[in-house]
Amino acid sequence: MNRLPLDILAILPVLLPLLAGALLLLFEDRRRVVKVSVSLATILALLANAIALLVICSTGGENGTGRVLVHLLGNWPAPAGIVLVADRLSALMLTLTALLALASFVFALARWHKAGPRFYSIFLFLQMGLNGAFLTGDLFNLFVFFEVMLAASYGLVLHGSGTARIKAGLHYIPINLVASSLFLIGVSLLYGVTGTLNMADLAGRIRGVHPEERMLLEAGAAILAVAFLVKAAMWPLNFWLPTAYSAATAPVAAMFAIMSKVGIYVILRLDLLLFGHDSGPSAGFGSPWLLYGGLATIAFGTIGVLASQSMPRLAGYSVLVSSGTLLAAIGVGSEPVISGAIYYLLSSTLAIATFFLLIELVERGRAAGADVLAVSMEFFGVEEDTEEKQVEEEVGIPLPLTMAVLGAAFVGSTLLLAGLPPLSGFVAKLSLFAALMGDGATVPGSSWALIALLTISGLAALIAMARTGITTFWVPMEANLPNVRAVELVPVAGLLLLCLGMTVFGGPVMRFTDATARMIATPTAYMQDVLAAPPVPAYKQSGSAKP
Amino acid sequence: METILAIGIGVFAGAGVWLLLRPRTFQVIIGLSLLGYAVNLFIFAMGRLRVSAPPILEKGMVGDPVAFDDPLPQALVLTAIVIGFAMTALFLVVVMAARGRTGTDHVDGRED
Repeated sequence: MNRLPLDILAILPVLLPLLAGALLLLFEDRRRVVKVSVSLATILALLANAIALLVICSTGGENGTGRVLVHLLGNWPAPAGIVLVADRLSALMLTLTALLALASFVFALARWHKAGPRFYSIFLFLQMGLNGAFLTGDLFNLFVFFEVMLAASYGLVLHGSGTARIKAGLHYIPINLVASSLFLIGVSLLYGVTGTLNMADLAGRIRGVHPEERMLLEAGAAILAVAFLVKAAMWPLNFWLPTAYSAATAPVAAMFAIMSKVGIYVILRLDLLLFGHDSGPSAGFGSPWLLYGGLATIAFGTIGVLASQSMPRLAGYSVLVSSGTLLAAIGVGSEPVISGAIYYLLSSTLAIATFFLLIELVERGRAAGADVLAVSMEFFGVEEDTEEKQVEEEVGIPLPLTMAVLGAAFVGSTLLLAGLPPLSGFVAKLSLFAALMGDGATVPGSSWALIALLTISGLAALIAMARTGITTFWVPMEANLPNVRAVELVPVAGLLLLCLGMTVFGGPVMRFTDATARMIATPTAYMQDVLAAPPVPAYKQSGSAKP
Repeated sequence: METILAIGIGVFAGAGVWLLLRPRTFQVIIGLSLLGYAVNLFIFAMGRLRVSAPPILEKGMVGDPVAFDDPLPQALVLTAIVIGFAMTALFLVVVMAARGRTGTDHVDGRED
């Protein structure tokens, strides 16, 4: 009975944004006070909910691995009905989503929320899709939440309109629609072989699949993985990402930083659940693909980072480096590496979101194409003083400290992206390195390759960021001071402080990720909890009858 | 029946993929729709093909699963159709916007 009041926490992250978003559709866009306050309240409630889940899921349970909250939709018991499952990993992702949403939304309040119609509802629906994808324990339900998330993202990528965004959307949308078709083919193949869509049930049944049908099962899983890898942007499925992400408005791009992590999350969860160490003949299926695909992604992203002439594209390629690192770490698949990967996921998502927000502030005062010009001039050795035009701005007044603050934030995100001390990017990389080296006796070649590539990608990020920083900040400032409002600096500073906090409290955070990795690497508790979750008794028996 | 269905799925998927790779937005949309049909038929087939077997029990009846068709893929197909329809409509809006903005229906927004 004690799960009766708690398991509601597992459905609120889906219900709240859905209801609030639908409610806001009824108001005109001119009534900004209502829209902003309802959205902000919803986002804050989601954050509180996610933190509550984090606390509940990380305490109790056997071996201190934490508790699994299961919500049975429509009160149908597990394999028959759809379940929402909150465990440590999902709670962590929910919290990350809520934090990013809060930062992006506050940032958007300065100006971007006025740039297009129905921003608030679409933003909340995006959160609904993200939260649902993190919580669901059913493959087809995952498809539905993916589509909710993607539909909202199609709206958001076009937010602010403009030819560049529409052209980016024209590529982004069909690629994701085709990926959704692959998703459906994979899901139905898995269903055809095993007869279930419930992830926990699937993990149990996969061990007993007939050898003749195993090939079909693995083909289904591989097709399903391709759909997630498109989202997670593994090379060669990632050419769409830098264009789409750099075309989107800053707060939207910051939210998209977590969207590519949805693919990573699903792969992490399903890989360990379905093809973990004790899952019979199919154990370890696909791991080499993830490892080498991840390595290729890091290499491609690194080259892209070095070649980028504009900051948004640089950020887009940083997303690829981050995705590649995570995929390769999942491919290695040992528990300490997974723990390091989860820490890296938190750190890099926050870093990239910060950078996307920061870029927009820095670029605001500059003439369009100034970056490209600066880099090409360097390349061709043209020594010419170009007079940069001052762009008229409607909002805000120039702060005298603006450039100093922006410069400090830029240094902060450089340290994070390059993985240098003292910020969390360094801790993340160090823990990955330590985990990959293991006891130091037998380190496979692929781990050495990953270590080498990670080091090189950090160096490349440092070079590219330093180059961009020099052409941006070490130029005469008087002409092009960007107009920045305090409300835009607060989210950037907040995200950087979060990364700083992750460094200072590195010990507790690492203990948390260790326990999370242990829990998802041995999914028996998860499977038992999901399948044994009892339905809520009928209302009249619950003893809470009305007076 | 299996052969006919397999050929149908193959033709739909083949035509869909070919159209997807064409440079005009209209062709891409039709390609996506055809691919959607192929996928829907495929999901349906994954519930095994049965002729004249009901998918649901009569009221008060206890049934032998062998005598019934699998209802789940049918429900999945319904969901997939609805979502596919909505996504096509959404994409159509973007295509119209792109046509208006760039003045061409090329997927890259410019004639090559």
